[in-house]
Amino acid sequence: MSGDPHRILLSIRGGTKVYPGTRALDNVDFDVREGAVNVLVGENGAGKSTLMKVIAGVEQLTAGEIVMDGRPVSFASTSDAAAHGIGIIFQELNLFPNMTVADNIFITREKARFGIDIDARDQNKAASELLRRLEHDISPDALVGDLRIGEQQIVEIAKALAQDVRILIMDEPTSALSASEVEILFRVIADLKARGVAIVYISHRLEELVRIGDYVTVLRDGRITGSRAMDGVDVPWIVRNMIGAASKDYARATDHAIGREVFRAEDVCLKSRRGGFAVDHVSLTLHAGEILGIYGLMGAGRSEFFECVMAQHPSATGSFFIDGKPMRERNVSGRIARGIALIPEDRKTEGLIQILPIRENMTLSSLKKFVSGFHLSLKRERKGVADFVRDLTIKIASAENAVSSLSGGNQQKVVIGKALMTNPKILLMDEPSRGIDIGAKAEVFRVMRRLAAEGLGILFVTSDLEEVLSLSDRILVMSNGRITGEFSSAEATQDAVVAAAAVGHAPEPATLEA
Amino acid sequence: MTVQRAALPMRVSNNQQAMLLLLKLRTFIALFAVIIFFSIAAPNFLDLGTIIIMAKHVALNGLLAIGMTFVIITEGIDLSVGSIVGLTGMCAGWLILNGVPVGFGYEVYFNLWEIIAIVLCVGILVGAVNGILITRLNVAPFIATLGTLYVARGLALLSSGGQTFPNLNGSSAFGTSWFPMLGEGRFLGIPVVVWMLIVVGLVSSYIALRTPLGRYIYAVGGNERAAALSGVRVNAIKMFVYMFSGFCAAIVGIVIASQLVAAQPATGESFELNAIAAAVLGGTSLSGGRGSIGGAIVGAFVIGILSDGLVMMGVSEFWQIIIKGAVIIAAVVVDQAQQRLQAHISLQREAALAR
Repeated sequence: MSGDPHRILLSIRGGTKVYPGTRALDNVDFDVREGAVNVLVGENGAGKSTLMKVIAGVEQLTAGEIVMDGRPVSFASTSDAAAHGIGIIFQELNLFPNMTVADNIFITREKARFGIDIDARDQNKAASELLRRLEHDISPDALVGDLRIGEQQIVEIAKALAQDVRILIMDEPTSALSASEVEILFRVIADLKARGVAIVYISHRLEELVRIGDYVTVLRDGRITGSRAMDGVDVPWIVRNMIGAASKDYARATDHAIGREVFRAEDVCLKSRRGGFAVDHVSLTLHAGEILGIYGLMGAGRSEFFECVMAQHPSATGSFFIDGKPMRERNVSGRIARGIALIPEDRKTEGLIQILPIRENMTLSSLKKFVSGFHLSLKRERKGVADFVRDLTIKIASAENAVSSLSGGNQQKVVIGKALMTNPKILLMDEPSRGIDIGAKAEVFRVMRRLAAEGLGILFVTSDLEEVLSLSDRILVMSNGRITGEFSSAEATQDAVVAAAAVGHAPEPATLEA
Repeated sequence: MTVQRAALPMRVSNNQQAMLLLLKLRTFIALFAVIIFFSIAAPNFLDLGTIIIMAKHVALNGLLAIGMTFVIITEGIDLSVGSIVGLTGMCAGWLILNGVPVGFGYEVYFNLWEIIAIVLCVGILVGAVNGILITRLNVAPFIATLGTLYVARGLALLSSGGQTFPNLNGSSAFGTSWFPMLGEGRFLGIPVVVWMLIVVGLVSSYIALRTPLGRYIYAVGGNERAAALSGVRVNAIKMFVYMFSGFCAAIVGIVIASQLVAAQPATGESFELNAIAAAVLGGTSLSGGRGSIGGAIVGAFVIGILSDGLVMMGVSEFWQIIIKGAVIIAAVVVDQAQQRLQAHISLQREAALAR
């Protein structure tokens, strides 16, 4: 053995993964070391998830090779990877809410007599043991759907542990856990390490990474920008490598006056299903020509706040004002008519109707513009769409093709086009740069700048630190449903914003659980 | 791990284009195939008399299929149309024979226009019940309309105690004497019911293609959440499609009662299945967002001609059922192939552009 105490178990050499329109991984070298926590870090869309999926057999490399125990391997499927001892805990929980905890833990590996008759007692016993190791007394008979998200996360971890894995990939395992549950998870990780399991750990919480990581690899735009042992690594080093010296092409603020107030939210509250508030007494104002960035971690209540503005939660309380006049409309079309437009976080499920043509998607919110009486003028519609396609430089072969055939960036522009066609005064953008490549990002940001200069008020949500710092005229930070910080673009620093985003991530008081 | 080249976008070949066109026109091709087949295989198939009888059969299923198509495009299903046919037929019969008692032994008799309006309202009302169950009470469309299937059929049976209302010849005193004309009458040599199909079909096609309402129907079926966030009033759209389906079923109910000059409570049993079959045959996708009124009507013609043609050939009824089932399954399989090819072609076009 060399001076390095941890043997390399799996390595990727020259890994490249190409999707239509984007290069998610570009000539990546990555090592997974035995008995150590291998941290993978990068911004949204940097390629972490793709790399992880390649290791887990969900996706296959376009070029490059995977070497395990010195032999080249290829994983055609997740079961293939599992046979090599690779387990994965996905960020989106992959559980069956209608089945019991034990059933979930042993899914596809049921403990069965003669291969047909499931031995429930045996399974329950094994499940209890696993859960005890995780210091949780969740009943193995409980339905997963009845558990809190944090508990579901624990079940997901137990599921991975049940497989006796050699490599365990954890994608943001702490995003749904409380502080005390995080401590338990860290103890389990230490235990696994001691048994020689290699852990690939992905998280956005940088302090956490510095604390438990042994090796760190930073990805940016599909390339590795830093890779070393964790000794001596601190948060600024990670941030520097994540963002890079050469900053992205953010269109700088043009000098234009911030106008009068166009939008105000007062005391908006939304009760969370888990008790407590998903949106906790949020008040804010937005001015014409202003870009107001809302920064926060996932689950901070940012998207829920947007949903309240868009009348998606009838139970939400609080009031909204547009140009000083109260907005009382109870339905989305009424609110759109008042000048609000939303660009949702998830293009696929909330922004677009994949099977419909680009044209029909773009005009869906603004069909009234093309109607005389009840007759829809397709000619005027086509012209309207063509104008916006040109204006937003959307690259399409034909506006009649299904929107699903476009790349992420162009799909996002279609969503933006749809919002702009309603002539909004206020644009709500939820993670506008998510899942689109760097060129398209820059274009989206330029469009945002231009719209602000034209007098639109833009409220945008992001979990990308650099984005919020360089794009916003003013920054609000949300954490646990509350606004925990407000900064002008001049006074905002990375440290201050990150600190505000972590406020309230202490153990929740037990009363909230009721 | 083998090293592969990144797949370069290829040009869309002419073969694929031709294939796609062929697949898109498959319902028409099927229609011509059955027409040609039967005109050779079945004697008298192309007689004017035969054609008119077949057109009348087809028109009834076509009307139901139009309503069903809108429902299916929103990712719903309406199993209650057959029962609505029965119930509305009984309503028409009741109103013609008995009028409406207003107490003191008096009955109010309506003229035929009023009866038609009332009966259509009954159909729309059952559709509205479906819509309310689905939008307000969140009952799955399959279950909600299965429930109204039973309830409406039960009401139809209750209305006469299971008996038939016979001799609905109407009376000239009440202005109902031309009731049989609805089913048997002709205009310019074409049966009235076929004219109804033409009118309803054209109006529905117009709604689907050239009105915001139609666009919203497709949007709701394609992605309900995205439609809602775009400002589409999803519940109102769903209410419309079920009420429209009820409306179409009511037309069929009246016409059948008029054709038979009698109202029979069991009328319309399993009509819903034929309507679904016609819609699917015409390219409507049960997963929502896709379909066309024209396709549904052509689908109804294929099914209608197929069964009438087989009867004329003297093929046993049992074989007819099997053949009908096979044709429907084949249609869906071909539909899947078309979807794949279409997605492939537009992806290639966009990928070529992204270079």
